[in-house]
Amino acid sequence: MNRLIRAIPALSLFGVLLGAYATHSQSPAAGSPPGTTQGAQISTPGRAGLNLVVLDPAHGGTDPGARGSAGIREADLVLELTAQLRHSLESQGFQVLQTRTGNENPSFDDRSALANAQSGAIFVSLHVSSTGLSGTVRVYTMADMPQTQATGGLIPWDLAQAPYLPLSRKLGDAVQGELTQRFKGSPMNFQPAYVRQLRTTAAPAIAVEVSSVAMEDKADLDKMLPGVAEAIARGIVTFRPSYVTPNVPGARP
Amino acid sequence: MSAKWRVRIVIGLFVAVLAAAIYFPILKRRVKRQAQVQQKSEEQARRELVLSLNAANGNEPKVKAKLFWAADAEYSGLAADTVELPLSNDPVLRSKQVLNTLLAGPVDSELRTLPPDAALLAFYLLPDGTGVADFSEAMANSIPSGVQSEQLAVDSITRTLEANVPQVRRLKILIHGQEVETLAGHLDLTGTFPVSAKPAAPSPAPAAK
Repeated sequence: MNRLIRAIPALSLFGVLLGAYATHSQSPAAGSPPGTTQGAQISTPGRAGLNLVVLDPAHGGTDPGARGSAGIREADLVLELTAQLRHSLESQGFQVLQTRTGNENPSFDDRSALANAQSGAIFVSLHVSSTGLSGTVRVYTMADMPQTQATGGLIPWDLAQAPYLPLSRKLGDAVQGELTQRFKGSPMNFQPAYVRQLRTTAAPAIAVEVSSVAMEDKADLDKMLPGVAEAIARGIVTFRPSYVTPNVPGARP
Repeated sequence: MSAKWRVRIVIGLFVAVLAAAIYFPILKRRVKRQAQVQQKSEEQARRELVLSLNAANGNEPKVKAKLFWAADAEYSGLAADTVELPLSNDPVLRSKQVLNTLLAGPVDSELRTLPPDAALLAFYLLPDGTGVADFSEAMANSIPSGVQSEQLAVDSITRTLEANVPQVRRLKILIHGQEVETLAGHLDLTGTFPVSAKPAAPSPAPAAK
C-alpha cells in the first residue's frame, strides 16, 4: 500500500506528460513557436472544401510598416482593409480568422501557425507599399522553393509553403485578375517574391499590396479600400472550386 | 466700429488668405526643389567617389558592365544600364566593384533601387559559388518598406551580379554581419537568392577583401 502511495506522484507526472504529448501531436502547428525541426501539419480541407479564410493585416504594434509623408501608416490601413474584406467574405459564406484584430504585432511564425492549424483554409496577407503607381494593387505568391518530402504528415516548418505553391499561384491568378479589372495599371499577373510571411504558411497563400502610402491624401486610399476588398473576395470565390488537398505523401485522407 | 472699417478688415483678411493660398504652395515647391538639389548633389558626389575609386583600378582594361536599376519611378521593373568600368578579373573584387557602383546609383536618383546611405561592408565568395554580401544597417533601415521595393532591391543586386560575375551562383545577404529575418519587414533574407544557373568556373577559397 505504501509503495502505491509513493508511486502516486510519479504516476501523476506520467499522466500529465502523456496528456501533453497527445494534445501536441494532435495540433503540432497551432500556436507553438516552431523551430527548424518543428513540423507544420498538412491540413486537409474540410468536408466542404475551402471554407475558411485567414486574413493577415501585416505589421502592427511597434512596427508601423510603411509610412507616408501625410502620416499614413500601413499598419492602420491594413486593419481597415481587413475589416472590409472580412465583411465581404462573410457575406459570401466564408468563415474568417484574423492574425490580429488590434494594434499588436504577432511574429511571422505565430501568424502562420494560426493558418496551419486550420483545415480547408487559405491565407491572405494584406500590405500597403511605399512605392508603385498610386491606385494600383499587386498580388504576390512565394517564389520557387525547394521540394520537400513530408514525413508522417509533417513537412519542415521552414518550407511549409512548398507543397501549396501550385494552389497559391491559382489563387494569385484569380485575385490579381479581379484587381486588375478594377484598378487600371495594376499588373496582369501575380508576381513571385520571397515574402517571409508566406514561406511558413501551410495553405494556399498570397500577399496583396496596395500602392501606396505616398498618396498625399489619405482619403484617396480610403476610397480604394472597399473596391480592393470586394475584388479580393471575388477572386477567392472564383478560386474556391480549384481548392483541393495537395498531393503530398503523408497527407491525411 | 463703422461699416467702412468692417469692410476694410474683411477685404484685408480676404487678401491675406488669398496671398497665403498662393504663396504657401510656391514655398512648399521651393523647399522640395531645394531638398532634391541637395540630394542630387550628395548623390553626384557619391557617384564621383565610386567612379574615382574604380578609375584608381586603372591597370585593368575598361569593360562594359551591366547594372540594373529601376525601369521607372513607379518601380514597375528593372532596366539594364551599361557603364564602362575597369573591372578586376578577381570575382570578389569584381563583385565589390559592381555592387558599389550599383549603390552609387544611376544618374536619375528616382531610379535607384538601394538606399543612398547604404554601404557594402564585405563580400565573400564560397567555393560552391555562394556569394555573401554584407551591407550596412542603412540597407535595411532606409529602404522603402514594401514587398515591391524590397524585391526590386534584391533583384537589382542578383541581376547585376549575374550579368558581371558568372562565378556567383547564389547570394546570401547579411546586414552588418548578421543574418536577419527580413530586409525591411517583408522580404525573406534567411535563405539564399538564385543568381545564375550557368555552370561557373572554379571559385577561389572564401576570402574577404
